[in-house]
Amino acid sequence: MNYFPDEVIEHVFDFVTSHKDRNAISLVCKSWYKIERYSRQKVFIGNCYAINPERLLRRFPCLKSLTLKGKPHFADFNLVPHEWGGFVLPWIEALARSRVGLEELRLKRMVVTDESLELLSRSFVNFKSLVLVSCEGFTTDGLASIAANCRHLRDLDLQENEIDDHRGQWLSCFPDTCTTLVTLNFACLEGETNLVALERLVARSPNLKSLKLNRAVPLDALARLMVCAPQIVDLGVGSYENDPDSESYLKLKAAIKKCTLLRSLSGFLEAAPHCLSAFHPICHNLTSLNLSYAAEIHGSHLIKLIQHCKKLQRLWILDSIGDKGLEVVASTCKELQELRVFPSDLLGGGNTAVTEEGLVAISAGCPKLHSILYFCQQMTNAALVTVAKNCPNFIRFRLCILEPNKPDHVTSQPLDEGFGAIVKACKSLRRLSLSGLLTDQVFLYIGMYANQLEMLSIAFAGDTDKGMLYVLNGCKKMKKLEIRDSPFGDTALLADVSKYETMRSLWMSSCEVTLSGCKRLAQKAPWLNVEIINENDNNRMEENGHEGRQKVDKLYLYRTVVGTRMDAPPFVWIL
Amino acid sequence: MDEFVNLKETELRLGLPGTDNVCEAKERVSCCNNNNKRVLSTDTEKEIESSSRKTETSPPRKAQIVGWPPVRSYRKNNIQSKKNESEHEGQGIYVKVSMDGAPYLRKIDLSCYKGYSELLKALEVMFKFSVGEYFERDGYKGSDFVPTYEDKDGDWMLIGDVPWEMFICTCKRLRIMKGSEAKGLGCGV
Repeated sequence: MNYFPDEVIEHVFDFVTSHKDRNAISLVCKSWYKIERYSRQKVFIGNCYAINPERLLRRFPCLKSLTLKGKPHFADFNLVPHEWGGFVLPWIEALARSRVGLEELRLKRMVVTDESLELLSRSFVNFKSLVLVSCEGFTTDGLASIAANCRHLRDLDLQENEIDDHRGQWLSCFPDTCTTLVTLNFACLEGETNLVALERLVARSPNLKSLKLNRAVPLDALARLMVCAPQIVDLGVGSYENDPDSESYLKLKAAIKKCTLLRSLSGFLEAAPHCLSAFHPICHNLTSLNLSYAAEIHGSHLIKLIQHCKKLQRLWILDSIGDKGLEVVASTCKELQELRVFPSDLLGGGNTAVTEEGLVAISAGCPKLHSILYFCQQMTNAALVTVAKNCPNFIRFRLCILEPNKPDHVTSQPLDEGFGAIVKACKSLRRLSLSGLLTDQVFLYIGMYANQLEMLSIAFAGDTDKGMLYVLNGCKKMKKLEIRDSPFGDTALLADVSKYETMRSLWMSSCEVTLSGCKRLAQKAPWLNVEIINENDNNRMEENGHEGRQKVDKLYLYRTVVGTRMDAPPFVWIL
Repeated sequence: MDEFVNLKETELRLGLPGTDNVCEAKERVSCCNNNNKRVLSTDTEKEIESSSRKTETSPPRKAQIVGWPPVRSYRKNNIQSKKNESEHEGQGIYVKVSMDGAPYLRKIDLSCYKGYSELLKALEVMFKFSVGEYFERDGYKGSDFVPTYEDKDGDWMLIGDVPWEMFICTCKRLRIMKGSEAKGLGCGV
């Protein structure tokens, strides 16, 4: 191994980029560990509480890019209180103190403040790329600091964050000398946008490839922007209401024709559907289409648009497309790899938009499909068996039947056999979300067949602890297990404590685990943080006598090398 | 979060005091016990089910289980408000209400009110202030607070100028302006 000088080995390592591979390299021998850690530029931390910034920097002093994830996944659905944690400030402070040459920061589900953004913008001379996904806690003032101070900013990508929009002039804080932007995504901002500043910014950014606008950018402004940026590859349209005879619409039509590099389209947050035809000329080039926020685009306008998109690889859509619409997708989009169908009617009004028929049609028509997220009203075992036969290459399979515990609507049976067929056929399955009426049997299948499964989401499923045990014992590659409203308790939780060392985290809410069960777990596994989240009764957990058998509402446990975190709020009890 | 969910007193509804909406009783349901797959059945639920027999093919309005369906809050908020803006029948017209100086915004359902006086009264109760009196020429007099709204064109308008029906259709959000900023709208001294 040491026939080559270190520089040569390091050069070889440069070609190894995935985190998994780099982690594997570092385990080969001491000398490779050392070479690897000094040459590592990108680090991914899936749980910000598994490690702390000091240890991170000690191991990887040449860090340039950091990805951090904070809150557990179920925080997306309001199951985790806002003040739970996931603060990025201590990380930025530590990175700033250490003077590491940070260039890229990607955060997901973290609490970001204006103070942290300001510190970030001032501390790293070569900072280039900021990507925030599902974060909260900051305002447009923080964005203004980034715009003003990051001289070499390349990417500012804000995806689905809760940002307090002060309607300030953050866009005009980009200095005139800033010409390096490649990505600008502010679709999630609610307030007005300084259109003049935006147009000037786009006009002086020749490298701009991705531009995603918010609601407040109307059609005539869009037309002017596209004239300035014909090189655009990824476009998020904001407001699209317009009278098709207007001058702006015609200008837009002409400008779009020139965007021959456009491959990805999204937005249409407010849309006049009959104006979609302006985009038809470039549809044949599109590989990605996200209309999941375009509630007003449906019916024939939507179908016509999709019929032009023969090269589509990724489609995110609302269920108002209907089974018939999905059949059109199946016959048109032969290159489709990823499909997400979101519910348009969240009040459960019984609008039967898509059913198992749409799913079967897609599976039959799109041989390259490997990722699906499908919200629907009903499902059958037969349909799932057919889907499994048609598409044995699924990597991600997430099915959400809107009504909890709903059985096969034809046979009234649980959906165990259907999901069983999926896990049996799809040998590369890494992520699975279950729904509908399910017994312990489905977990038996999962434990037996889902060898590559890394993430499993369970809701309103199973009968006894056996269900959870099948999964814990069978799925060797399990990383993230999240369970809600299912009858799994202490027996399953405590059966194999060492299993949790091989996993990133476990979430259990509204299950049957008790406080004494959790306490026992914490005792057996000091390398785990066992968190009890109890918003309602801060002190009730302490009551003596009954406390042992009291059920825990929310349990979140994760492996960590840095012990109990110090920033937990009062309603989080770390055992 | 819980406090907001259960705060009955400030909840705006059209029903008589004392009547209870079925949805409330079911709000925090945990379907842990498999025997209890459907939500708890109350007397009021049975009443409503029997009275809506004509809609048997479509299930009655579902209880809101926390965090279900599993859709990101960001997406829920953006699709909900879109739907409510475009469909005025049956689903309510929810608009955000902000008040200068208040730490957070509220949302109200405009379809719950029959006219401006009801709306303004509700706002006064919600934010604990008073609007003064409306004059066609001079706007609101007698208070530092002025109720305004953003219309479909993005302009900030004084509440009360246009007919109520037109107001409901064009109103996107409300803002209760305060102090010196409010004077520009003809509040008058």
